[in-house]
Amino acid sequence: MTDKKTTEFTNDNVLKINDLCKSFGENQVLDEFNLELKRGESLVVLGKSGSGKSVLIKCIIGLLKPDSGSIYVFGENVPDLNHDELDKIRSKVGFMFQSNALYDSMTVRENLEFPLRRHSLGISKKDNDRVVLAALEDVGLAHTIDMMPAELSGGMRKRIALARTLILKPEIILYDEPTTGLDTITAKEIIQLMLLIQKKYNTSSLIISHDMNCVRLASNRVAILIDGKCYATDTYKNLLKSTDSIIKQFFD
Amino acid sequence: MSIQSDLKSFLDVCGELFRFNSRFFTYGFKPPYEFSEFLKQCYVIGYKSLPLIGLTAFIMGIVLTMQLRPSMADYGVESQLPAIVAIAIVREVGPVITALIFAGKIGSSIGAELGSMKVTEQIDAMEVSGTNPFMYLVVTRVLACTFMLPILVMLGDAISLYGAYLGVNIHSNTSFNLFWSQVFDNLVFGDVLPAFIKSFFFGFAVGLIGSYKGYTSTKGTEGVGRSANSAVVVSSVMIFIIDLLAVQVTNIWGL
Repeated sequence: MTDKKTTEFTNDNVLKINDLCKSFGENQVLDEFNLELKRGESLVVLGKSGSGKSVLIKCIIGLLKPDSGSIYVFGENVPDLNHDELDKIRSKVGFMFQSNALYDSMTVRENLEFPLRRHSLGISKKDNDRVVLAALEDVGLAHTIDMMPAELSGGMRKRIALARTLILKPEIILYDEPTTGLDTITAKEIIQLMLLIQKKYNTSSLIISHDMNCVRLASNRVAILIDGKCYATDTYKNLLKSTDSIIKQFFD
Repeated sequence: MSIQSDLKSFLDVCGELFRFNSRFFTYGFKPPYEFSEFLKQCYVIGYKSLPLIGLTAFIMGIVLTMQLRPSMADYGVESQLPAIVAIAIVREVGPVITALIFAGKIGSSIGAELGSMKVTEQIDAMEVSGTNPFMYLVVTRVLACTFMLPILVMLGDAISLYGAYLGVNIHSNTSFNLFWSQVFDNLVFGDVLPAFIKSFFFGFAVGLIGSYKGYTSTKGTEGVGRSANSAVVVSSVMIFIIDLLAVQVTNIWGL
């Protein structure tokens, strides 16, 4: 059950992490962490609060530099990439932040247009509007296009954040605690929306969560992060049956 | 021990600010230029500050004139009031008071805005969206502050002098033409130029310190408040330090 150390990138994998280490001062957050995400797969990384899940996801997108180890995204080792190369990878990898990170000073339309304009995809203004509207329709919030983020509810902000993540048609979507701060019903709606989008655009998803509903509904596989290491990787059903006391504490 | 640790943390902050400043000069003049964001910031920082700067400058002109009048009357030089007020406003009071008001309004707003963007991961989101947040947020704001404050100082000086004209006329009857001819007869190039140049430095300091405090904000919403507050305090102190250096330089150059 314990994840095996992997070193080579294959076409089946869109993401492969080898021996990833990251510490902040004396605090070793990730310690030889290994993981792989297959094309079209939905993998949930489960761990306690403060176990380094968000650090992991920020290392993958290049917001944090690991101390050692490799993170292959579409065959490119993220820590070795320069700024332009990293931007290219980031246009294929969507990142939905835990706090949504919508730009408060911009309307919903401007929030969604921002990554489109910044990644210089050469899309015309007319096409921009069409793409923005299509992304908003995907999350069922086309009517909010000219609203400010402050005028939206928590669930709506989450959907808009998802629409912004989708706008570049990423091949991988990284979700950082997508259901945190939402009530059970809204959380379930967000999870269903995530699944719908994954099916529609055939994306691979890496979901960071400690919400067991999210783990149960959204995962093809679950990786358990304990003490900076990938303690176990398996399907939800198999992990649920596990007799390992450490794994059991997550599912009891 | 406490003094040592205070000194160490002060030196740490100075070092970080120096690095932040170096980063500004590294990125500030490199393409891609965020020209539309720079213009937007000029509008927000410059145009939207004008009513506040104008009002305070106007009041300052009246008050300064009314405060000076009795002393000048005692020495029998009341007729020189427009000239003295003009020199005081253009050389010192105008740039420093305008810069302090500017630090209060803009320094705190930049500190709070960037601080809240930092703690709500908006700066990270910008980076993920293929944007260099330092260039987009910091460089544009620092440049807008640097170029807008001198303009505000000039406009503030003009409004202040108009306030002074009204102040003079509260107790005497001085014609509009006489007042302005006295002002311009007594103002020389050496009064205007150093004040104009130092206001660029004031603007740069306010923009840089506000951005630094916001961009390096930590500890959630409490940290945002602290960033906004210390942006105002530090940039106000910096304005006086720059003013002190500027007066030494102008004295050496005989201006």
